Amino acid sequence: MRRLVALPLSKSFQMAYQSIRVRFFRSLVTTTSLVLAVAFLTFTQAGNDITEGLLISQDPAFLQILSKIGYDVSPDAPSINSSPKQRWIVFLSLLVCVVGIINAQLMSVTERFREIGTLKCLGALDRFIVRIFVIEATMQGLAGGVVGALLGTLVALTASIFRFGSAAVSVMPWTDLGATIFYAVCTGTGLSLLGVLYPAIIASRMLPVEAMRVEQ
Amino acid sequence: MTEKKKIVRVTGVTKDFDLGKIVVKVLKGIDLEIEEGKYISIMGPSGSGKSTLFNMIGGLDKPTSGKVFIDEVDIAQLDAYELAWLRCRKIGYIFQTFNLIPVMTALENITIPMTFAGVSNDAALRRGMELLDQVGLTGRHTHRPSELSGGQQQRVAVARALANSPAIILADEPTGNLDLTTGEDIIRLLKELSLQRGVTVISATHDYKMLNVSDQVVWIRDGQVDKIQERDELDIRTGGLESARH
Ligand SMILES: Nc1ncnc2c1ncn2[C@@H]1O[C@H](COP(=O)(O)OP(=O)(O)OP(=O)(O)O)[C@@H](O)[C@H]1O
Ligand SMILES: [Mg+2]
Repeated sequence: MRRLVALPLSKSFQMAYQSIRVRFFRSLVTTTSLVLAVAFLTFTQAGNDITEGLLISQDPAFLQILSKIGYDVSPDAPSINSSPKQRWIVFLSLLVCVVGIINAQLMSVTERFREIGTLKCLGALDRFIVRIFVIEATMQGLAGGVVGALLGTLVALTASIFRFGSAAVSVMPWTDLGATIFYAVCTGTGLSLLGVLYPAIIASRMLPVEAMRVEQ
Repeated sequence: MTEKKKIVRVTGVTKDFDLGKIVVKVLKGIDLEIEEGKYISIMGPSGSGKSTLFNMIGGLDKPTSGKVFIDEVDIAQLDAYELAWLRCRKIGYIFQTFNLIPVMTALENITIPMTFAGVSNDAALRRGMELLDQVGLTGRHTHRPSELSGGQQQRVAVARALANSPAIILADEPTGNLDLTTGEDIIRLLKELSLQRGVTVISATHDYKMLNVSDQVVWIRDGQVDKIQERDELDIRTGGLESARH
């Protein structure tokens, strides 16, 4: 007789989805901090993409505005990168966000220790538990990442239209913007996973009694 | 007596809790043999180590020394898969605090162990509904634990414990959080199961209502087995109240 316990992937998804839906408010709080950090990251990055697009267009009207706000517009100037100050701010905001997300995920795993212990009593393997949390975090990360990236891009676009006029839309580097959105979503999802993995692995390795004894 | 199978065997189990400065010796060498199909009550004052013993028998915690055999298999020798399998298929757990998954409905709670056991979704739902009927919760399948009373939650927990037709039901104070009549209902339910399906019921309790249905009562005192009484011995002493005073 093969002594197998199993949790089909579809069932894991269903459990993760249900847990997000029922704890909607808590998920929303976690996701919101993710949205904000990703939005900020995308905003600065998309801003750079747009400026670079304007620069490449070599349209005199744009170049004039660009040089007025302090960019080096000579043809042999290096391509526009985020300034050290900008990078520093983005880095700090991501750091704050990482800490926030890890904190939120830590809380949400801790508050479910009893549930984890119970699932183990019912025959769950450690990795079923980790898998459910990973799926949950990925869903939150993707949702937060997409919303944040779109939000950040939208704000950057609006700002550039205000600054350079609606003609700027014609020289938008859409592929670069697309890449920026993609990386921002990946960053968001990665952060969310980072926050949930550690507590989930710790919790899943506990003996069922230890998990169930934890104060709720 | 001896020809009956011993489904649970506990030999020389001790459990210490290391609290840093002091080591609390909770179990001080428990030896116990439990026959298949019996209804066993583990009785003893609060703090005597009933729950601790319950956790050892159920493979939820590891003894400091000694061995626990389920079906003559030393559970300390099992790997993670086999242990999960044992918890899933062989043993059904019932807790004083019900321990239902709060985000799931009654039916979903009951089907989790079946999902782990590889039962197909349809079959699990069908059996889940049957079990709900059996514990008297027909029509409550869409309710979440928070929408059910304590007694109803414990019924769901009983149904969940039965999901994979385990050989053993371990119940740690199943009536501890319930009123008198609800508690009696749960006890009757467990007794019926034990009679109809030959399930071994092991229940830690200080609820004297349990004595009337028990085949055997194990008295625990201060981490040791004080005495083991058969049903007939209990009956002589007027329903156990005499022995309860001890
Ligand atoms: N994790 C732990 N760490 C330290 N001490 C513990 C731990 N778990 C239990 N104990 C101690 O072990 C003793 C027995 O506890 P246990 O829960 O087994 O008692 P019990 O017989 O089930 O009591 P009750 O009837 O109140 O449930 C208690 O003195 C308790 O303080
Ligand atoms: Mg107890």
